[in-house]
Amino acid sequence: MDRIPILSMGNLLLVIIQFDMHDRLALALQDDLTEQIVKEQAKGVLIDISALDVVDSFIGRVINNTASMARLLAAETVVVGMQPAVAITLVELGLALTGVKTALNVEKGMALLGKSSGR
Amino acid sequence: MNLNTQAIDVSKFIKKYQYPILQDWMQNLKAQSVRADPAGDEQLREHCNQFLDSLAEALRSGKANDITSESWDEVRNLLTEISQARAKYGYTPNETALFIFSLKQSLFTRMLTEFAQDAATLVSIMWMLSTLLDGLGLFTIEVFQKSRDQIILRQQQELLELSTPVVKLWKNILALPLIGTLDSDRTQIVMESLLQKIVDTGAEIAIIDITGVPTVDTLVAQHLLKTIAAARLMGADCIISGIRPQIAQTIVHLGVNLEDVITKATLADAFVVALERTGSSITNRPLA
Repeated sequence: MDRIPILSMGNLLLVIIQFDMHDRLALALQDDLTEQIVKEQAKGVLIDISALDVVDSFIGRVINNTASMARLLAAETVVVGMQPAVAITLVELGLALTGVKTALNVEKGMALLGKSSGR
Repeated sequence: MNLNTQAIDVSKFIKKYQYPILQDWMQNLKAQSVRADPAGDEQLREHCNQFLDSLAEALRSGKANDITSESWDEVRNLLTEISQARAKYGYTPNETALFIFSLKQSLFTRMLTEFAQDAATLVSIMWMLSTLLDGLGLFTIEVFQKSRDQIILRQQQELLELSTPVVKLWKNILALPLIGTLDSDRTQIVMESLLQKIVDTGAEIAIIDITGVPTVDTLVAQHLLKTIAAARLMGADCIISGIRPQIAQTIVHLGVNLEDVITKATLADAFVVALERTGSSITNRPLA
Protein backbone atom coordinates (compact mmCIF):
# COMPACT_ATOMS: atom_id res chain seq x y z
CA MET A 1 0.00 0.00 0.00
CA ASP A 2 1.11 3.55 -0.70
CA ARG A 3 2.31 5.58 2.22
CA ILE A 4 2.51 9.29 2.65
CA PRO A 5 6.13 10.26 3.39
CA ILE A 6 6.91 11.98 6.68
CA LEU A 7 10.01 14.16 6.56
CA SER A 8 11.94 15.04 9.67
CA MET A 9 13.51 18.51 9.94
CA GLY A 10 15.21 19.18 13.23
CA ASN A 11 12.51 18.68 15.80
CA LEU A 12 9.75 19.23 13.27
CA LEU A 13 7.90 16.71 11.14
CA LEU A 14 6.81 17.67 7.66
CA VAL A 15 3.93 15.89 5.91
CA ILE A 16 3.09 16.89 2.35
CA ILE A 17 -0.02 15.24 0.97
CA GLN A 18 0.32 15.25 -2.78
CA PHE A 19 -2.88 13.56 -3.94
CA ASP A 20 -6.43 13.01 -2.77
CA MET A 21 -6.35 10.63 0.18
CA HIS A 22 -8.62 7.67 0.56
CA ASP A 23 -9.76 6.59 3.99
CA ARG A 24 -7.19 3.84 4.65
CA LEU A 25 -4.33 6.03 3.56
CA ALA A 26 -5.50 8.69 6.02
CA LEU A 27 -5.61 6.17 8.86
CA ALA A 28 -2.17 4.84 7.91
CA LEU A 29 -0.86 8.39 8.01
CA GLN A 30 -2.34 8.80 11.48
CA ASP A 31 -0.50 5.67 12.68
CA ASP A 32 2.81 6.60 11.05
CA LEU A 33 2.69 10.16 12.27
CA THR A 34 2.04 9.33 15.92
CA GLU A 35 4.87 6.81 15.87
CA GLN A 36 7.26 9.24 14.23
CA ILE A 37 6.43 11.95 16.77
CA VAL A 38 7.44 9.65 19.60
CA LYS A 39 10.48 8.31 17.77
CA GLU A 40 11.86 11.70 16.73
CA GLN A 41 10.63 13.49 19.86
CA ALA A 42 9.12 16.05 17.52
CA LYS A 43 7.93 19.38 18.90
CA GLY A 44 5.88 20.36 15.88
CA VAL A 45 4.05 18.83 12.92
CA LEU A 46 3.28 20.64 9.69
CA ILE A 47 0.72 19.10 7.34
CA ASP A 48 0.49 20.59 3.87
CA ILE A 49 -2.86 19.82 2.23
CA SER A 50 -2.62 22.28 -0.65
CA ALA A 51 -2.94 19.46 -3.20
CA LEU A 52 -6.11 18.17 -1.58
CA ASP A 53 -9.13 19.14 -3.69
CA VAL A 54 -11.70 16.93 -2.02
CA VAL A 55 -12.21 16.51 1.70
CA ASP A 56 -15.09 14.57 3.20
CA SER A 57 -16.21 14.43 6.80
CA PHE A 58 -14.04 11.39 7.47
CA ILE A 59 -10.79 12.95 6.26
CA GLY A 60 -11.75 16.12 8.12
CA ARG A 61 -12.17 14.17 11.30
CA VAL A 62 -8.90 12.28 10.79
CA ILE A 63 -7.06 15.58 10.44
CA ASN A 64 -8.71 16.86 13.59
CA ASN A 65 -7.97 13.66 15.51
CA THR A 66 -4.36 13.57 14.32
CA ALA A 67 -3.89 17.09 15.65
CA SER A 68 -5.39 16.11 19.01
CA MET A 69 -3.15 13.03 19.21
CA ALA A 70 -0.09 15.10 18.36
CA ARG A 71 -0.99 17.52 21.12
CA LEU A 72 -1.19 14.64 23.59
CA LEU A 73 2.32 13.72 22.50
CA ALA A 74 3.40 17.32 23.14
CA ALA A 75 3.72 18.31 19.47
CA GLU A 76 2.01 21.33 17.94
CA THR A 77 0.18 20.73 14.65
CA VAL A 78 -0.25 23.29 11.89
CA VAL A 79 -2.36 22.54 8.84
CA VAL A 80 -1.33 24.69 5.88
CA GLY A 81 -2.44 25.43 2.35
CA MET A 82 -6.10 24.54 2.58
CA GLN A 83 -8.01 25.28 -0.64
CA PRO A 84 -10.91 27.76 -0.33
CA ALA A 85 -13.41 25.15 -1.54
CA VAL A 86 -12.13 22.67 1.05
CA ALA A 87 -12.42 25.27 3.82
CA ILE A 88 -16.02 26.01 2.84
CA THR A 89 -16.86 22.30 2.71
CA LEU A 90 -15.42 21.64 6.15
CA VAL A 91 -17.32 24.56 7.68
CA GLU A 92 -20.55 23.40 6.04
CA LEU A 93 -19.90 19.93 7.44
CA GLY A 94 -19.58 21.50 10.87
CA LEU A 95 -15.89 20.60 11.17
CA ALA A 96 -14.22 23.89 12.01
CA LEU A 97 -11.04 22.10 13.24
CA THR A 98 -11.03 24.34 16.29
CA GLY A 99 -8.16 22.50 17.95
CA VAL A 100 -5.84 22.84 14.97
CA LYS A 101 -3.62 25.76 14.07
CA THR A 102 -3.79 26.83 10.46
CA ALA A 103 -1.68 28.90 8.10
CA LEU A 104 -1.93 29.95 4.48
CA ASN A 105 1.27 28.32 3.21
CA VAL A 106 4.29 26.32 4.36
CA GLU A 107 6.37 29.44 5.00
CA LYS A 108 3.78 30.97 7.31
CA GLY A 109 3.17 27.61 8.96
CA MET A 110 6.87 27.26 9.72
CA ALA A 111 6.93 30.78 11.18
CA LEU A 112 3.96 29.86 13.37
CA LEU A 113 5.63 26.67 14.63
CA GLY A 114 8.88 28.55 15.22
CA LYS A 115 7.06 31.21 17.23
CA SER A 116 5.19 28.76 19.45
CA SER A 117 8.21 26.59 20.17
CA GLY A 118 10.08 29.75 21.18
CA ARG A 119 12.90 29.56 18.69
CA MET B 1 -68.79 22.50 -42.01
CA ASN B 2 -66.10 21.20 -39.70
CA LEU B 3 -63.45 23.09 -37.85
CA ASN B 4 -60.64 22.33 -40.29
CA THR B 5 -62.30 23.70 -43.39
CA GLN B 6 -63.39 26.75 -41.38
CA ALA B 7 -59.80 27.39 -40.39
CA ILE B 8 -58.78 27.17 -44.03
CA ASP B 9 -61.55 29.59 -44.95
CA VAL B 10 -60.34 32.05 -42.37
CA SER B 11 -56.81 31.67 -43.67
CA LYS B 12 -57.98 32.60 -47.16
CA PHE B 13 -60.01 35.45 -45.74
CA ILE B 14 -56.96 36.88 -43.93
CA LYS B 15 -54.82 36.59 -47.02
CA LYS B 16 -57.46 38.34 -49.10
CA TYR B 17 -57.91 41.31 -46.77
CA GLN B 18 -54.44 41.36 -45.25
CA TYR B 19 -53.74 45.00 -46.13
CA PRO B 20 -56.98 46.60 -44.84
CA ILE B 21 -56.88 44.41 -41.69
CA LEU B 22 -53.32 45.50 -41.09
CA GLN B 23 -54.28 49.17 -41.47
CA ASP B 24 -57.18 48.81 -39.04
CA TRP B 25 -55.07 46.87 -36.58
CA MET B 26 -52.30 49.44 -36.62
CA GLN B 27 -54.82 52.18 -35.96
CA ASN B 28 -56.35 50.28 -33.07
CA LEU B 29 -52.94 49.59 -31.60
CA LYS B 30 -51.95 53.23 -31.80
CA ALA B 31 -55.25 54.41 -30.38
CA GLN B 32 -55.07 52.05 -27.40
CA SER B 33 -51.41 52.03 -26.44
CA VAL B 34 -50.21 54.68 -24.04
CA ARG B 35 -46.83 55.20 -25.63
CA ALA B 36 -45.28 54.87 -29.04
CA ASP B 37 -43.42 51.72 -29.89
CA PRO B 38 -39.79 52.36 -28.98
CA ALA B 39 -38.62 50.56 -32.07
CA GLY B 40 -40.78 52.87 -34.22
CA ASP B 41 -43.92 52.47 -36.33
CA GLU B 42 -42.05 50.73 -39.11
CA GLN B 43 -40.98 47.94 -36.80
CA LEU B 44 -44.49 47.60 -35.39
CA ARG B 45 -45.95 47.42 -38.88
CA GLU B 46 -43.38 44.81 -39.82
CA HIS B 47 -44.26 42.72 -36.74
CA CYS B 48 -47.99 42.98 -37.40
CA ASN B 49 -47.58 42.00 -41.03
CA GLN B 50 -45.38 39.05 -40.13
CA PHE B 51 -47.90 37.96 -37.55
CA LEU B 52 -50.80 38.05 -40.05
CA ASP B 53 -48.65 36.11 -42.53
CA SER B 54 -47.78 33.40 -40.09
CA LEU B 55 -51.30 33.30 -38.64
CA ALA B 56 -52.76 32.70 -42.11
CA GLU B 57 -50.09 30.09 -42.76
CA ALA B 58 -50.79 28.27 -39.49
CA LEU B 59 -54.55 28.34 -40.06
CA ARG B 60 -54.06 26.82 -43.49
CA SER B 61 -52.86 23.65 -41.75
CA GLY B 62 -56.38 23.42 -40.30
CA LYS B 63 -55.40 22.93 -36.67
CA ALA B 64 -57.01 25.97 -35.13
CA ASN B 65 -57.66 24.42 -31.73
CA ASP B 66 -54.13 23.49 -30.75
CA ILE B 67 -51.63 26.35 -30.73
CA THR B 68 -48.95 24.15 -29.18
CA SER B 69 -48.77 22.01 -32.31
CA GLU B 70 -45.93 22.15 -34.79
CA SER B 71 -47.75 24.20 -37.44
CA TRP B 72 -47.96 27.08 -34.94
CA ASP B 73 -44.22 27.13 -34.29
CA GLU B 74 -43.63 30.19 -36.41
CA VAL B 75 -46.47 32.15 -34.78
CA ARG B 76 -45.20 31.28 -31.32
CA ASN B 77 -41.61 32.20 -32.19
CA LEU B 78 -42.71 35.57 -33.51
CA LEU B 79 -44.84 36.27 -30.42
CA THR B 80 -41.98 35.20 -28.15
CA GLU B 81 -39.68 37.63 -29.90
CA ILE B 82 -42.17 40.49 -29.63
CA SER B 83 -43.03 39.81 -25.97
CA GLN B 84 -39.39 39.53 -24.97
CA ALA B 85 -38.59 42.83 -26.66
CA ARG B 86 -41.50 44.44 -24.84
CA ALA B 87 -40.46 43.01 -21.49
CA LYS B 88 -37.00 44.48 -22.04
CA TYR B 89 -38.41 47.93 -22.83
CA GLY B 90 -40.49 47.87 -19.63
CA TYR B 91 -43.96 47.51 -21.13
CA THR B 92 -46.81 46.54 -18.83
CA PRO B 93 -48.40 43.08 -19.31
CA ASN B 94 -51.55 44.93 -20.37
CA GLU B 95 -49.80 46.69 -23.25
CA THR B 96 -48.16 43.46 -24.32
CA ALA B 97 -51.42 41.56 -24.45
CA LEU B 98 -53.11 44.42 -26.35
CA PHE B 99 -50.95 43.56 -29.33
CA ILE B 100 -53.00 40.41 -29.89
CA PHE B 101 -56.35 41.49 -28.49
CA SER B 102 -56.61 44.62 -30.62
CA LEU B 103 -56.49 42.43 -33.72
CA LYS B 104 -59.90 41.00 -32.79
CA GLN B 105 -61.79 44.17 -33.52
CA SER B 106 -60.36 44.73 -36.97
CA LEU B 107 -60.79 41.08 -37.93
CA PHE B 108 -64.34 40.87 -36.66
CA THR B 109 -65.64 44.07 -38.29
CA ARG B 110 -64.35 42.87 -41.63
CA MET B 111 -65.86 39.43 -41.13
CA LEU B 112 -69.27 40.92 -40.46
CA THR B 113 -69.39 42.19 -44.03
CA GLU B 114 -67.66 39.16 -45.57
CA PHE B 115 -69.88 36.47 -44.03
CA ALA B 116 -73.02 38.59 -43.65
CA GLN B 117 -75.24 36.19 -45.56
CA ASP B 118 -74.52 33.15 -43.35
CA ALA B 119 -75.07 33.89 -39.69
CA ALA B 120 -74.34 30.36 -38.44
CA THR B 121 -70.90 30.24 -40.11
CA LEU B 122 -70.12 33.73 -38.91
CA VAL B 123 -70.82 32.85 -35.31
CA SER B 124 -68.84 29.62 -35.35
CA ILE B 125 -65.86 31.23 -37.12
CA MET B 126 -65.92 34.13 -34.71
CA TRP B 127 -65.99 31.75 -31.78
CA MET B 128 -63.05 29.80 -33.17
CA LEU B 129 -61.00 32.93 -33.83
CA SER B 130 -61.86 34.39 -30.48
CA THR B 131 -60.65 31.33 -28.57
CA LEU B 132 -57.59 31.19 -30.77
CA LEU B 133 -56.62 34.82 -30.22
CA ASP B 134 -57.30 34.52 -26.49
CA GLY B 135 -54.95 31.58 -26.39
CA LEU B 136 -52.28 33.51 -28.25
CA GLY B 137 -52.81 36.51 -25.98
CA LEU B 138 -52.29 34.40 -22.90
CA PHE B 139 -49.21 32.94 -24.52
CA THR B 140 -47.72 36.42 -24.99
CA ILE B 141 -48.36 37.20 -21.33
CA GLU B 142 -46.71 33.98 -20.26
CA VAL B 143 -43.62 34.69 -22.35
CA PHE B 144 -43.62 38.29 -21.14
CA GLN B 145 -43.75 37.12 -17.53
CA LYS B 146 -40.95 34.63 -18.11
CA SER B 147 -38.68 37.25 -19.65
CA ARG B 148 -39.40 39.63 -16.78
CA ASP B 149 -38.50 36.89 -14.30
CA GLN B 150 -35.25 36.31 -16.12
CA ILE B 151 -34.43 40.00 -16.02
CA ILE B 152 -35.10 40.12 -12.28
CA LEU B 153 -32.98 37.02 -11.69
CA ARG B 154 -30.09 38.49 -13.64
CA GLN B 155 -30.31 41.74 -11.72
CA GLN B 156 -30.28 39.85 -8.45
CA GLN B 157 -27.11 38.08 -9.46
CA GLU B 158 -25.48 41.31 -10.56
CA LEU B 159 -26.43 42.88 -7.25
CA LEU B 160 -24.86 39.96 -5.40
CA GLU B 161 -21.62 40.33 -7.29
CA LEU B 162 -21.58 44.10 -6.86
CA SER B 163 -22.24 44.11 -3.17
CA THR B 164 -19.43 41.90 -1.92
CA PRO B 165 -16.08 43.56 -2.58
CA VAL B 166 -12.99 42.46 -0.70
CA VAL B 167 -10.49 45.29 -0.33
CA LYS B 168 -6.86 45.15 0.59
CA LEU B 169 -6.25 47.73 3.32
CA TRP B 170 -2.61 47.15 4.05
CA LYS B 171 0.04 44.53 3.61
CA ASN B 172 -1.56 41.29 4.89
CA ILE B 173 -4.77 43.05 5.93
CA LEU B 174 -8.07 42.66 4.06
CA ALA B 175 -11.36 44.41 4.67
CA LEU B 176 -14.79 43.09 3.77
CA PRO B 177 -17.45 45.80 4.03
CA LEU B 178 -20.79 44.01 4.12
CA ILE B 179 -23.85 45.92 2.97
CA GLY B 180 -27.38 44.56 3.09
CA THR B 181 -28.86 41.46 4.65
CA LEU B 182 -26.78 38.31 4.83
CA ASP B 183 -28.65 35.28 3.54
CA SER B 184 -27.25 31.87 2.67
CA ASP B 185 -26.59 32.71 -0.98
CA ARG B 186 -24.74 35.89 -0.13
CA THR B 187 -22.75 34.21 2.62
CA GLN B 188 -21.60 31.67 0.08
CA ILE B 189 -20.40 34.38 -2.31
CA VAL B 190 -18.86 36.45 0.48
CA MET B 191 -17.01 33.38 1.74
CA GLU B 192 -15.75 32.42 -1.69
CA SER B 193 -14.50 35.87 -2.59
CA LEU B 194 -12.89 36.38 0.83
CA LEU B 195 -11.08 33.02 0.77
CA GLN B 196 -9.92 33.54 -2.80
CA LYS B 197 -8.59 36.97 -1.87
CA ILE B 198 -6.77 35.48 1.13
CA VAL B 199 -5.04 33.05 -1.23
CA ASP B 200 -4.25 35.80 -3.74
CA THR B 201 -2.82 38.29 -1.28
CA GLY B 202 -1.53 35.99 1.45
CA ALA B 203 -3.40 38.07 4.01
CA GLU B 204 -3.25 37.13 7.69
CA ILE B 205 -6.10 39.27 8.96
CA ALA B 206 -9.50 40.04 7.52
CA ILE B 207 -11.73 42.75 8.94
CA ILE B 208 -15.43 42.09 8.39
CA ASP B 209 -17.27 45.40 8.67
CA ILE B 210 -20.99 45.02 9.33
CA THR B 211 -21.88 48.72 9.49
CA GLY B 212 -24.10 48.22 6.44
CA VAL B 213 -25.90 45.16 7.75
CA PRO B 214 -29.31 46.37 8.93
CA THR B 215 -30.08 43.62 11.44
CA VAL B 216 -28.16 40.77 12.98
CA ASP B 217 -30.31 37.81 13.94
CA THR B 218 -29.19 34.32 14.88
CA LEU B 219 -29.06 33.25 11.24
CA VAL B 220 -26.90 36.18 10.17
CA ALA B 221 -24.63 35.61 13.16
CA GLN B 222 -24.30 31.97 12.24
CA HIS B 223 -23.37 32.92 8.68
CA LEU B 224 -20.76 35.34 10.02
CA LEU B 225 -19.31 32.65 12.27
CA LYS B 226 -19.16 30.23 9.33
CA THR B 227 -17.23 32.76 7.27
CA ILE B 228 -14.85 33.35 10.15
CA ALA B 229 -14.33 29.61 10.65
CA ALA B 230 -13.58 29.12 6.95
CA ALA B 231 -11.10 32.01 6.94
CA ARG B 232 -9.41 30.54 10.02
CA LEU B 233 -9.01 27.21 8.23
CA MET B 234 -7.11 29.12 5.58
CA GLY B 235 -4.86 30.56 8.27
CA ALA B 236 -6.38 34.04 8.48
CA ASP B 237 -7.87 35.62 11.59
CA CYS B 238 -11.02 37.71 11.39
CA ILE B 239 -12.09 40.83 13.23
CA ILE B 240 -15.70 41.98 13.19
CA SER B 241 -16.13 45.75 13.20
CA GLY B 242 -18.94 48.24 12.78
CA ILE B 243 -21.20 46.82 15.47
CA ARG B 244 -23.82 49.44 16.25
CA PRO B 245 -25.17 49.79 19.81
CA GLN B 246 -28.57 48.31 18.91
CA ILE B 247 -26.89 45.38 17.20
CA ALA B 248 -24.71 44.75 20.26
CA GLN B 249 -27.91 44.66 22.30
CA THR B 250 -29.64 42.25 19.91
CA ILE B 251 -26.65 39.94 19.82
CA VAL B 252 -26.55 39.67 23.61
CA HIS B 253 -30.35 39.31 23.91
CA LEU B 254 -30.33 36.54 21.33
CA GLY B 255 -27.58 34.78 23.24
CA VAL B 256 -25.31 34.59 20.19
CA ASN B 257 -21.81 33.65 21.23
CA LEU B 258 -19.25 35.91 19.59
CA GLU B 259 -16.74 35.59 22.43
CA ASP B 260 -14.14 33.72 20.40
CA VAL B 261 -14.12 36.48 17.81
CA ILE B 262 -12.37 39.81 18.13
CA THR B 263 -15.00 42.53 17.81
CA LYS B 264 -14.54 46.28 17.55
CA ALA B 265 -16.97 49.17 17.32
CA THR B 266 -15.43 50.85 14.30
CA LEU B 267 -13.36 49.86 11.31
CA ALA B 268 -10.60 52.23 12.50
CA ASP B 269 -10.27 50.39 15.84
CA ALA B 270 -10.18 47.06 14.05
CA PHE B 271 -7.52 48.38 11.67
CA VAL B 272 -5.29 49.40 14.58
CA VAL B 273 -5.57 45.91 16.06
CA ALA B 274 -4.81 44.36 12.70
CA LEU B 275 -1.75 46.57 12.25
CA GLU B 276 -0.44 45.59 15.67
CA ARG B 277 -0.95 41.91 14.87
CA THR B 278 0.95 42.18 11.61
CA GLY B 279 3.76 44.16 13.20
CA SER B 280 3.03 47.59 11.76
CA SER B 281 1.99 50.72 13.60
CA ILE B 282 0.78 54.21 12.89
CA THR B 283 2.39 57.18 14.61
CA ASN B 284 1.55 60.85 14.53
CA ARG B 285 4.43 62.99 13.39
CA PRO B 286 4.52 66.71 14.10
CA LEU B 287 3.58 68.81 11.10
CA ALA B 288 6.47 70.75 9.65
